Amino acid sequence: MLSIKNLHARIEEKEILRGINLEIKPGEVHAIMGPNGSGKSTLASVLAGREDYEVTEGSVEFLGKDLLEMEADFRAREGLFLAFQYPIEIPGVSTTNFMKTAVNQIREHHGEKALDAVSFLKLMKEKMKLVEIDQALLSRSLNEGFSGGEKKRNEIFQMAMLEPKLAILDETDSGLDIDALKVVAHGVNTLKNKDNATIVVTHYQRLLDYIVPDFVHVLYNGRIVKSGTKELALELEARGYDWIKEEADATA
Amino acid sequence: MEKIAGQSILNSLETQFEAFEKGLNGQSQSAAHAVRKEAFTSLMNSGFPGPKSEEYKFTNFTKAVEKNFELNAANADFGLSNTQVSGTQIQGLDAHKIVFLNGVYSSDLSDNIQVEGLKVESLAEGFKSNSALSQENFGTKAKFAEDAFVALNTAFSQHGVTIEIADKAVIEKPIVLYFIGDSSKAELSYHIRNIVVAGKFSQATIIEKFDTVGEHKSFTTSVNEISVSESAHLRFFKIENDTEQAYHISNIHASQGANSNFKVFTFSLNGAMIRNNLNVKLQAEGIETYMNGLYLLDGKTHVDNHTVADHMMPNCYSNELYKGIMDGSSKGVFNGKIFVRPDAQKTNAFQSNKNILISDRATVNTKPQLEIWADDVSCSHGCTTGQLDMDALFYLRARGIPRDKALAILLKAFANDVLETVENEAIKEYLAAIIETRLEK
Repeated sequence: MLSIKNLHARIEEKEILRGINLEIKPGEVHAIMGPNGSGKSTLASVLAGREDYEVTEGSVEFLGKDLLEMEADFRAREGLFLAFQYPIEIPGVSTTNFMKTAVNQIREHHGEKALDAVSFLKLMKEKMKLVEIDQALLSRSLNEGFSGGEKKRNEIFQMAMLEPKLAILDETDSGLDIDALKVVAHGVNTLKNKDNATIVVTHYQRLLDYIVPDFVHVLYNGRIVKSGTKELALELEARGYDWIKEEADATA
Repeated sequence: MEKIAGQSILNSLETQFEAFEKGLNGQSQSAAHAVRKEAFTSLMNSGFPGPKSEEYKFTNFTKAVEKNFELNAANADFGLSNTQVSGTQIQGLDAHKIVFLNGVYSSDLSDNIQVEGLKVESLAEGFKSNSALSQENFGTKAKFAEDAFVALNTAFSQHGVTIEIADKAVIEKPIVLYFIGDSSKAELSYHIRNIVVAGKFSQATIIEKFDTVGEHKSFTTSVNEISVSESAHLRFFKIENDTEQAYHISNIHASQGANSNFKVFTFSLNGAMIRNNLNVKLQAEGIETYMNGLYLLDGKTHVDNHTVADHMMPNCYSNELYKGIMDGSSKGVFNGKIFVRPDAQKTNAFQSNKNILISDRATVNTKPQLEIWADDVSCSHGCTTGQLDMDALFYLRARGIPRDKALAILLKAFANDVLETVENEAIKEYLAAIIETRLEK
């Protein structure tokens, strides 16, 4: 589904990704962990198409197409979704109207008819239940005045609405209390099937108790320095990141 | 003698004024004409605002008129078709309609208004008969000595309307004034004066809209002198969506009585150069004043909003919200004055001006100006100018919404703050459609 080869990217003059290699198949959950500043969020942003970053080397193939050639909105219509670490507040635009536009843009992209008001409402009600989000909240300006937990639940709600092929959760767990974390994880797990894949970017192992990964990769200094299964996450939780850094620095 | 600004315009106007006087047919002894002559003399003596004029610092209208207009001949005859005329009107608006063609009242195209408590008359008739309304109000609120363009308008005041709303009269339908000009044969210029008196406890909505059809340039001025009596509720809309050749100066000078409520909406959507002077005197207690404006500019359009909320008495409230979206090499100017006089304790006065520059060639000059002499007041002002929020744009795009559409959504949301304050659905829809088309272009 996603094939990243030797990906290098920089912001202004600073090189942040220095040769990422990663293969993701349908049905898989990959966790990307690593210390602060290792490039985790940069990887998420580059995949989503944020223009602040410049890809200097390497390739990314998504569902057989060159991802790096696509505009950010085209990537989303092709089935890529980024749950933002810091969801943006947008005054004057309600989540409901925003989602209606987004859903129909994606449907149009795939040659489907736009949803009428009734079908859209039905879809929305169904997905709202999944993340226990209130309709009143969705009628308000997007994320404006939302609590941290509400913003993250809104991200997963949007993911549920858009049903992406590949979802990238960028530190969706940060700042959540355990109840909110469970709601978010339940949403993600329910949406999981054999045809889609998930990348969970996180600093902490805690989320992985609820969203169980098939693979865990450790990112350090812009490279994946170690890959393993969920046990690797537990080891990181117990031992911290220093031993990874030492190992990586020794071989570098 | 020191050289005065706009001398070439003054020279043309001298000839025009003579012709104008001759055309008055025996009215030259009327009370109104004495005011006109005074205004003309004042204009001739002081000239137009020069490049150093504080009030016209960012909008050199004198230069624009000198450069673009001859002003040495009478307007050509009006020759537009009915379709062209109705094309300038607000579709779907149920209103009392008054139509002016090249600045002259058209009884054929105007509604014959038969509504209790509402009296709409042609100003020319009022002047001819020396009506009390025209005599008591002409030149009393818009002072020609304070602004050369008001003097110009005053000197040539002949056409316009007087609108009198009786005490307690509630006028359901808006009164809409359409000023339609034909510039297909030659340049066009005219000056309009309206007098509005809203009686005690009355309610009404007035819309003023200037349009030009034709390739030649137009220069029009309008002065509205408005009295909002005790406990009256008046809405006034200024809708500016004229051609790129249209130069327009609008003046709204109003005074409010106790417990009255006055809302002025200024939508500047297109034109060559527009100057809006909005001046409201809150001269009794318990008044509410709202000034809401939106300017959505592109190309070379230049729009200047100058507003004054003059708090003279205690316990009044004024709220001003102006927003601007500027594309192309358009230019926006905002100057908002709030005066709180020594007697105006417990004043609540708020002002906000927010601008988004879409293109790097567009500019805006914004200046809030608060002068407060009372000590127990609550006043605030804020102005922001920025580019569009790129993070917000990315967020929308990351959900599959194409760039252009995402941009339009964000700009519409920005403009909506002002649009949402319009209560009349037909007017709101009309404006929303123009704004939407423009933003989704």
